Amino acid sequence: MGYKAKFRVWRGEGGEGRLEDFTVEVNEGEVVLDVIHRLQATQAPDLAVRWNCKAGKCGSCSMEINGKPRLGCMTRMSTFEESETITVTPMRTFPVIKDLVTDVSFNYQKAREIPSFTPPKDVKPGEYRMQQVDVERSQEFRKCIECFMCNNVCHVIRDHDENKQAFAGPRFLMRIAELDMHPYDVADRKESAQDEHGLGYCNITKCCTEVCPEHIKITDNALIPMKERVVDRKYDPLVWLGNKIFKRSS
Amino acid sequence: MEIERHEYDVVVIGAGGAGLRAAIEARQQGKRTAIVCKSLFGKAHTVMAEGGAAAAMGNVNPDDNWMVHFRDTMRGGKFLNNWRMAELHAKEAPDRVWELEAWGALFDRTKDGKISQRNFGGHEYPRLAHVGDRTGLELIRTLQQRVVALQQEDEKLHGDPEAYIKVFAECTVTRLLKDGDAIAGAFGYWRETGKFILFDAPAVVLATGGIGKSYVVTSNSWEYTGDGHALALLAGAKLINMEFIQFHPTGMVWPPSVRGILVTESVRGDGGVLRNSEGRRFMFDYVPDVFKDKYATTEEEGDRWYTDQANNRRPPELLPRDEVARAINSEVKAGRGSPQGGVFLDVSSRLPAAEIIKRLPSMHHQFKELADVDITKEPMQVGPTCHYIMGGVEVDADTGAASVPGLFAAGEVSGGMHGSNRLGGNSLSDLLVFGRRAGEGAASYVNGLAKRPVVAETAVEDARAEALAPLERSGGENPYEVHHELQRTMNELVGIIRKAEEVSEALEAVEKLKERATHTASPGGRIYNPGWHLALDLRNMLLVSECVARAALLREESRGGHTRDDYPKMSPEWRRRLLVCSATPDGAAVSVEERIQPSMRGDLLALFDRTELSKYLTEDELAEYDAVKES
Repeated sequence: MGYKAKFRVWRGEGGEGRLEDFTVEVNEGEVVLDVIHRLQATQAPDLAVRWNCKAGKCGSCSMEINGKPRLGCMTRMSTFEESETITVTPMRTFPVIKDLVTDVSFNYQKAREIPSFTPPKDVKPGEYRMQQVDVERSQEFRKCIECFMCNNVCHVIRDHDENKQAFAGPRFLMRIAELDMHPYDVADRKESAQDEHGLGYCNITKCCTEVCPEHIKITDNALIPMKERVVDRKYDPLVWLGNKIFKRSS
Repeated sequence: MEIERHEYDVVVIGAGGAGLRAAIEARQQGKRTAIVCKSLFGKAHTVMAEGGAAAAMGNVNPDDNWMVHFRDTMRGGKFLNNWRMAELHAKEAPDRVWELEAWGALFDRTKDGKISQRNFGGHEYPRLAHVGDRTGLELIRTLQQRVVALQQEDEKLHGDPEAYIKVFAECTVTRLLKDGDAIAGAFGYWRETGKFILFDAPAVVLATGGIGKSYVVTSNSWEYTGDGHALALLAGAKLINMEFIQFHPTGMVWPPSVRGILVTESVRGDGGVLRNSEGRRFMFDYVPDVFKDKYATTEEEGDRWYTDQANNRRPPELLPRDEVARAINSEVKAGRGSPQGGVFLDVSSRLPAAEIIKRLPSMHHQFKELADVDITKEPMQVGPTCHYIMGGVEVDADTGAASVPGLFAAGEVSGGMHGSNRLGGNSLSDLLVFGRRAGEGAASYVNGLAKRPVVAETAVEDARAEALAPLERSGGENPYEVHHELQRTMNELVGIIRKAEEVSEALEAVEKLKERATHTASPGGRIYNPGWHLALDLRNMLLVSECVARAALLREESRGGHTRDDYPKMSPEWRRRLLVCSATPDGAAVSVEERIQPSMRGDLLALFDRTELSKYLTEDELAEYDAVKES
């Protein structure tokens, strides 16, 4: 049942590092994260990796396995040939702290830039009434486990640090869509999505949707509808006229 | 060496549901609040809670109210619960759930647009507010986003989002520091850099969750190393009910690497049934006497209950978790288990595939990805897994205050609320209700202080030396091996069924492991070094394991999450007695003493009928009941 697998794992810190080769035991039913843990327990006690739930629910163990962004806990060893060398590297878009652990503070910063849920002032807790069909759209986006692999894979920032300032990334553009589709949110999010959070940078290549471990249709259900809402607002002739008439003084 | 130093009013350790709710409250009370957590912000173990948050809102069945919830909670805990906590919990849970909605949470809905509620083990009515089977994630995200909202307010008001509430993520606290008897701060290290950090703070709220990582088969994540339990003990606080550990009846059993991962109780709440290798729904054979009149006796009645609860009794698959876990254990031991060492949990023959995917999306996903099993087509195989500790820091019910001034605790790390066994769904509501209360308790404690306490510098030096020790030793024990041995010991000897000889054997083993743990060496540097982190966590796991084993050896009865093979009966005499653990400041010696639990307040006692109480209470206590009823 068990066999010896060949692993190449990126090791390093402080901007320097290299791929290190390991030969390690693999047993039936195991996932890549199990193998990383075996390396820690037997060969490399200080090998750094993030993980928590080991069940695909917390989004901590994001890494790149043979170049593809994956959760280590949900990548079964049986998907590889026994003879294959498996290369495990940290997420590329974020600076490496050590080994497989990256500095993901970019994401927390962006999260703080999105104005929070804004309910009408006169609705008290306990008075919210919403239909299932109306909450389901935003619920899809709230499945997000914040593994940040969508932001990691997005070409707008993957090899373009200079875009990070202006672009919230699929995760947080989806958060804007989630709030915009929330039945009780009253904030206007359309213009800021475009002007402040960089929705326009997205050219819908759907890389984010492809890597999402929760299978959220980020592009089709969040980003494209959000783009359409922005366009409706910006180019609607009535809105244009209204803006001309009522905002002239400002 | 320079130590980074911060001054706060309230330091909350742990960023799960209880910690975040406590921090939000402390900040809303105007206190400068730090949240310190071992993982990234938003990754806490609460995300794994699946089923829902129990709150008697009465949205699905209008007969539900706090009194019914209170009764269910006491029954589930076999009447060992701190009744005041159970009362506050049942009364306040609805407000805490509604408040989440005002912060942006999106629960599943009823037809008339209210929060939908689902059935769960031990709850008389559909009571769990939920979002599919990912309720914990919704809770964490909502609280996380509430913290962010407060930071945005502070940015507008003070120009600094972190002026009043700041998250110290990937930061581990290793010692609480005192000024005389009272809390004065906390010492820890940044996981990312290995550098030390000191918080000067008059109040600390522990919200560190549980202890599952002392067991091999567990649904708990790496963070669950009993940190808060140990920090409290070492600071002079007391732990109660440590013998009561909940083994969730349904964990995955295959493949071996995922053994223990949770399979939500919602599978049964939504109609799933348990069968043995002979195809028999064996739970009908395991309804204990205390619950005989509340559960169906035939499959037909049990099945009718899902659509007509007024005229039928619930199926025995929905007994409290301790009963179901023991039943599964017995079936497997009797040779009627499934091929992979569990029993069958089948929802495929009970609901249409589309409905299963809608109601149990993450279970569908989890089994498909990890075990190659399609739960819409075939049964799952499941068995008990270490899931939750009912025991924890002894606290004042109303404020969450521990016996050490300035120390507070909420959520799984606190003890008393759930008695000897927690009902599913009562954890998410517990951490909201008591997280808020502990945050408020800490804030008003700080308001009442005449002057700020001062950390003793010698204690800082000792904490620093203790933390550095594993890095400075070379050629010592491998911390991973010591950990694995502790997990095997606890799993095999202080597990779901216990015997005096085995528990004694475990205590001897733990003693040896404590010695070995003082010689661990962690090669590598200080930057993100998991071997070092584990070496430091070992102290906590060992201390907590010793408490569990010592209390388990003393309690000579079986009740809830404590089953003694040599004392299989529940004893009314033992119901009144709590086992209280304390430790020396170096953690070298743990002692346990008995304490009599105060009698339940008359108006709460009167919510039960005498026949039911006579199954739990002593004759003297029943005489008190008769007096209440007469007056």
